[in-house]
Amino acid sequence: MTMAAPALPTPTTRQPNAFVEFCRQQPLGAVSFVIIVLMMFAGLFSPLVAPYDPLTIDFASLLAAPSWEHWCGTDAFGRDICSRLIYGSRTALVIGFTSSFLGSTFGAVLGVASAYFGGKMDDWIQRFVDILLAFPLIVLALVVVAAFRKFVVGGVDVNLIVAIAIPIVPRVARVVRAAALSVRVMPYVDAARAAGYSHTRIIFRHMAPNVVAPYLIMLTAFIAQAILAEASLSFLGLGVTEPTAAWGLMLSGNAADFYREAPWMILFPGVAISVAVFAFNLFGDSLRDFLDPRFKV
Amino acid sequence: MEALSETKSRQADATEPLLEVADLHVHFESSRGIVRAVEDVSFQVKPGEIVAIVGESGSGKSVTALAIMRLLPRLTGRTRGRVRFDGKSLLDLSDEQMREIRGRDISMIFQEPMTSLNPLLTIGLQITEPLTIHLGMSDAQATARAIELLQLVGITDAEGRLDQYPHQFSGGMRQRVMIAIGLACNPKLIIADEPTTALDVTIQAQILELMKDLSRKLNIALIIITHNLGVVARYADRVFVMYAARLVEQGPADAVFHRPRHPYSMGLLRSVPRLDRPRGNKLETIEGLVPNLANAPPGCRFAPRCPFRIDICAQEPPLARTDTGTLSRCHRHAEIADSKIAWASGGAGVLKLDVERKRPLLSVSALTKHFPVRTKIGNKRALVRAVEDVSFSIYPGETLGLVGESGCGKTTVGRLILRLEQPTSGEIAFEGTNLLTATPAEMKTIRRKIQVIFQDPYSSLNPRMTVSQIIGEPLHVYKLVADSKAATGRVTQLLDQVGLRPELAERYPHQLSGGQRQRVGIARALAMEPSFIVCDEAVSALDVSIQSQIINLLEDLQQRLGLAYLFIAHDLAVVRHISMRVVVMYFGRIMEVADRDAIYREPLHPYTKVLLDAAPVPDPTVEKARAPRLIQGELPSHLAPPPGCVFNTRCPMASQECREIVPPLVEKRPGHYAACIKV
Repeated sequence: MTMAAPALPTPTTRQPNAFVEFCRQQPLGAVSFVIIVLMMFAGLFSPLVAPYDPLTIDFASLLAAPSWEHWCGTDAFGRDICSRLIYGSRTALVIGFTSSFLGSTFGAVLGVASAYFGGKMDDWIQRFVDILLAFPLIVLALVVVAAFRKFVVGGVDVNLIVAIAIPIVPRVARVVRAAALSVRVMPYVDAARAAGYSHTRIIFRHMAPNVVAPYLIMLTAFIAQAILAEASLSFLGLGVTEPTAAWGLMLSGNAADFYREAPWMILFPGVAISVAVFAFNLFGDSLRDFLDPRFKV
Repeated sequence: MEALSETKSRQADATEPLLEVADLHVHFESSRGIVRAVEDVSFQVKPGEIVAIVGESGSGKSVTALAIMRLLPRLTGRTRGRVRFDGKSLLDLSDEQMREIRGRDISMIFQEPMTSLNPLLTIGLQITEPLTIHLGMSDAQATARAIELLQLVGITDAEGRLDQYPHQFSGGMRQRVMIAIGLACNPKLIIADEPTTALDVTIQAQILELMKDLSRKLNIALIIITHNLGVVARYADRVFVMYAARLVEQGPADAVFHRPRHPYSMGLLRSVPRLDRPRGNKLETIEGLVPNLANAPPGCRFAPRCPFRIDICAQEPPLARTDTGTLSRCHRHAEIADSKIAWASGGAGVLKLDVERKRPLLSVSALTKHFPVRTKIGNKRALVRAVEDVSFSIYPGETLGLVGESGCGKTTVGRLILRLEQPTSGEIAFEGTNLLTATPAEMKTIRRKIQVIFQDPYSSLNPRMTVSQIIGEPLHVYKLVADSKAATGRVTQLLDQVGLRPELAERYPHQLSGGQRQRVGIARALAMEPSFIVCDEAVSALDVSIQSQIINLLEDLQQRLGLAYLFIAHDLAVVRHISMRVVVMYFGRIMEVADRDAIYREPLHPYTKVLLDAAPVPDPTVEKARAPRLIQGELPSHLAPPPGCVFNTRCPMASQECREIVPPLVEKRPGHYAACIKV
């Protein structure tokens, strides 16, 4: 599972059947976990799962309604929407998850450090965060994408991921800092300082685990934002480009022109995004509750 | 308003009870099963009577009050029994009828004056609200009454203060406002749930005195819920002792305090450190913990902790009348009355009190800490003088008590010594090394020697770490043990040292009780092998019976390991019990330093006298014979400290000179220092 946050305590007593325990305590979390696994499975094994090639243009069936042949119908080029959705989960997961994870994690570290050190350090970090926050998410991402050249590793545009991750950093940093400020004044942090532990130890061992709740919520919420940002950038021709299958891209472009004639063109990608966002949010919530020892009897 | 004209008569027996609670049961449904929070509680309160419900946390005393007011959560709380108030059966009333009674006939005062007033509404609005709702007064009438009420509770300039907001009032003043709101509709009964627990002793004395006077004057019955036995002794006519959801003893205060007929009451009274008793012996304790109410033991609830239990205790004892006229829920109350069984004072060893005062372990000189704050207008910096010119020494194996009211700087002194704050000026020397100029390497070795135990056992342990991780962490960081196997052994040993079983090592803090957590906190401090521990209100948040266990543990560890303590507390009786010397602070400055017995027997500084006078003693005879409290007024503002002696604004003997000269701390008698020009 790639979602585990850094520095989470993993008590050994719980290890063997942690997953069973999670499903038992958090049934909704288990459902969302299944959805995420299905998405991952679809993304990893797209060629095996998808009924058609997502790029094959079929002029015989343009804008075909959903049928047994094409479960989700076809688009204006006659491409099978179902197959494109399956391939699109690849893009959504890789770009959405990776950029949100990078942005939130860096933001969280910045936020905790800002709260812990306080004073001048806090001032400087927060002014930097203010500057970043002054730009809307999409504008900042646009600037970064435009400023740097494409840097493709293994079929994924790293530049795009970084561009979406950067605007997430200040947003998470602000929220996590607020949570960390209240943890900062807890006597157990004072106790750790009085024990003479290093700054790194106090930040990662004593403070970070106690701000995991807002971190996980932000992380999962920003996966949705990241998928949308990716779609918007793609729409502007700066992100994923046609004909690559991506959910956001499927919503934009000529889908908007044909939504009266072929509502399935926007319906199914929309549903896919909603279900994915819903699953990530729910999973984040359940994970937070599960990882919090205070919820245990 | 006949009650008003009638002078307070103590022949309350003849009158009908105002409140009659019979067979009250309250159950809560929780994920862990049904929690029986109150079981079979019956009592009566007569008009104008002051009764106290005493018990430790979780005994059901607050739930009883909330059940009478019908303020329990509707979905999970189930109330059974009869509550008759003034001829009406409260549990059978409709919500509408109940709302009319709440606030008008019965009002309630809560513990936290800081949070029980709405910060966004003016004081005036909050006082007039019940008047317009319950009594249908016009705005002008209500305002006139509000002014009258504020004057009644001793707030000067009442008219001007009506338009102020809660944050413009101090804690004591807010509690007065709460009382004014409680009195607004001339209630017949006021329920006060720990009304003074959050206040300082001098303010507590003022508030309790006020409530008592008002109750007498206006013939209002008062139910005080508290864990402070001193408060009970001073003010209550009758006492109800609750333990684990049941009433275990009830009767007149004198009888319960002087001739308790239930082992729990006996134990409770014996485990409180007392101001009026010499120290030297260990405190007696009630071993064990309050049972979990989700699966309470059958039979007598106290039996598992009771030193006198016999076979019959496996059966539920009835509430029986005793020789002193009290009711006791104990099978053996007759034997207690015949003194056949008495709380053994054996085993309580005498403590070593002398220490060699050759070379101080820690010495603080001219320590000063100012916090800059921004004032409202512009960016002009103002200074809060939290600690001003504080000097003292602590010798190896010694306990130095540091007492004072909130805001006096005692906690800041502790934090400065722990180097959690940077002092503005002054010097802190530990074993001859100046901590302020020590190199990081020197500091690293010294850090370990100075440890801390905090007040709140709930927030002083990291909730994400298990007990063994918490205690084991310093062992790994400082490499005090060879390997992880040795670490486990050492953790077990430390747990044993603080009286915890090794199984607890794998638990998380929230799975432990308050007392157990405090023990874990102590074990964590001991893990570093310190020679000096700052105990910052280390027992203040604990229940009486747990408090005495922890005090004994601290004393025991001191004897065995030769530790020195700086014991910071506001409870004078606890400080008296544990300390060898005492420092009294007020408003950032030291007022008096002396040996414990000297300071309690013959206090020199007027502030120390006032402080000792304000502290209630758990003995009704002593308390009721005492004169009314001396102290007036509140702490001055930290932004505008009074010139001269900081105590001159509240001092009964202040003169013009006191407003001009800052009195130095001088040795008035051998080893007895005081900062006052009048003594």
